[in-house]
Amino acid sequence: MISTTTLFGLSSAVLIGLGLFGMIVDPQPLRKILAFNLLGGGVFLLFGVIARRGAGAGLGGDPVPQALVITGLVVAFAATALAVALLLRLFQATGQTALDEAPPPAPSVDP
Amino acid sequence: MTLALAVDIGLALLVLAVAGWTIAVRDTFAAVIGFVAYGLLLALVWVRLAAPDVALTEAAVGSGLTGLLLLSASARLRHAKTSAAPPGPVLQWAAGALCILIAAGLAALVLLLPDPAPTLAPAAVAHLPATGLGNPVTGVLMVYRAIDTFLESVVLLPALLGVWSLASEGDWGGAPILRHPRPDGALTLMAQVLPPLGIIVGVYLCWNSADHPGGAFQGGAVLAAMWVLALLAGLVDAPPIRQRGLRVLLVAGAAVLLAVGLAGIGLAGAFLAYPEHYSKPLILAIEMALVLSIAVALALLVAGPPVRTPS
Repeated sequence: MISTTTLFGLSSAVLIGLGLFGMIVDPQPLRKILAFNLLGGGVFLLFGVIARRGAGAGLGGDPVPQALVITGLVVAFAATALAVALLLRLFQATGQTALDEAPPPAPSVDP
Repeated sequence: MTLALAVDIGLALLVLAVAGWTIAVRDTFAAVIGFVAYGLLLALVWVRLAAPDVALTEAAVGSGLTGLLLLSASARLRHAKTSAAPPGPVLQWAAGALCILIAAGLAALVLLLPDPAPTLAPAAVAHLPATGLGNPVTGVLMVYRAIDTFLESVVLLPALLGVWSLASEGDWGGAPILRHPRPDGALTLMAQVLPPLGIIVGVYLCWNSADHPGGAFQGGAVLAAMWVLALLAGLVDAPPIRQRGLRVLLVAGAAVLLAVGLAGIGLAGAFLAYPEHYSKPLILAIEMALVLSIAVALALLVAGPPVRTPS
């Protein structure tokens, strides 16, 4: 019979694969950022599974990886905010949301 | 099969289904809604993994604030031309094969994890009484690995500086605008009713984190959400980023943590060590400063670069 940690551990592996696929295949930068966060959720979940397996001394899980995940979630948010700001600025300055397109013939002047 | 395991299997399938939908759905707005649901479901998984502190962070930061950030970005990019073509079928298949390979490798790793699992739980519990704390996760964040927490409270500042530096020429020093274009009655009512409760919850999560799930990050995220709600409804305006009080508030948490850490060299013999018997009041003081700095930094990260020309 499968255990809870194995179940969520396998789920995290699938989530990481899904997020990576979305990040590579989706051409829109915002969807790439979203997929990156989905991938991150899977990585954190793998950490949580390893923490849960380390349960002991009256605790439901090893508190060290749990604390690392809390730190990681906040840093991931800060990185996402910076990525979104860069994307919105790119759109504002060029009217484009992708980097690999040809630049518009007359780039709009910085407002 | 026990009932708990049946619930877990259902939850895992739901998370995977929502994640797959989020990646596959065509409309970006729908994908963001899917991502918020994904985050909330993950918070439930964290509860099932006996990690309520992480569950609170996932719900508040991973799902709530990140979701809000992506939602407002998708609204602003709604009319952007999506002329970029997806990669060709060969590259798609190659990417799919690569991702399946990585997922399979990780799955094998999960199945081959050592048994019994290595753990620091006994060590964390053994020294917890000396810190005066009851919550081991707070113990790790504020005592054992306080250096991580210090670096994390610092890393929010360069991220915010990076966002601010994207302001147009002449807008530097102005205020960001995060107002909903057409705030309706429901949004205004919520922004009036929810913050008093939310502020109590945020302060509670931080104040009580010594012995119960919560902490400066979870409390700060809830406080930030309340401020963002009031900004969205147009009830308050974001302050200009050149305001001195705002900047002091942003660095207060890291500054207090650094000051206590440096004092620890003299008083307790190591950087970020607490003098005996004074650890709990010191930790509470640090967390109170941290919660304010984190709340302001997170809300301003959502608000984006300043746009209003300083008057």
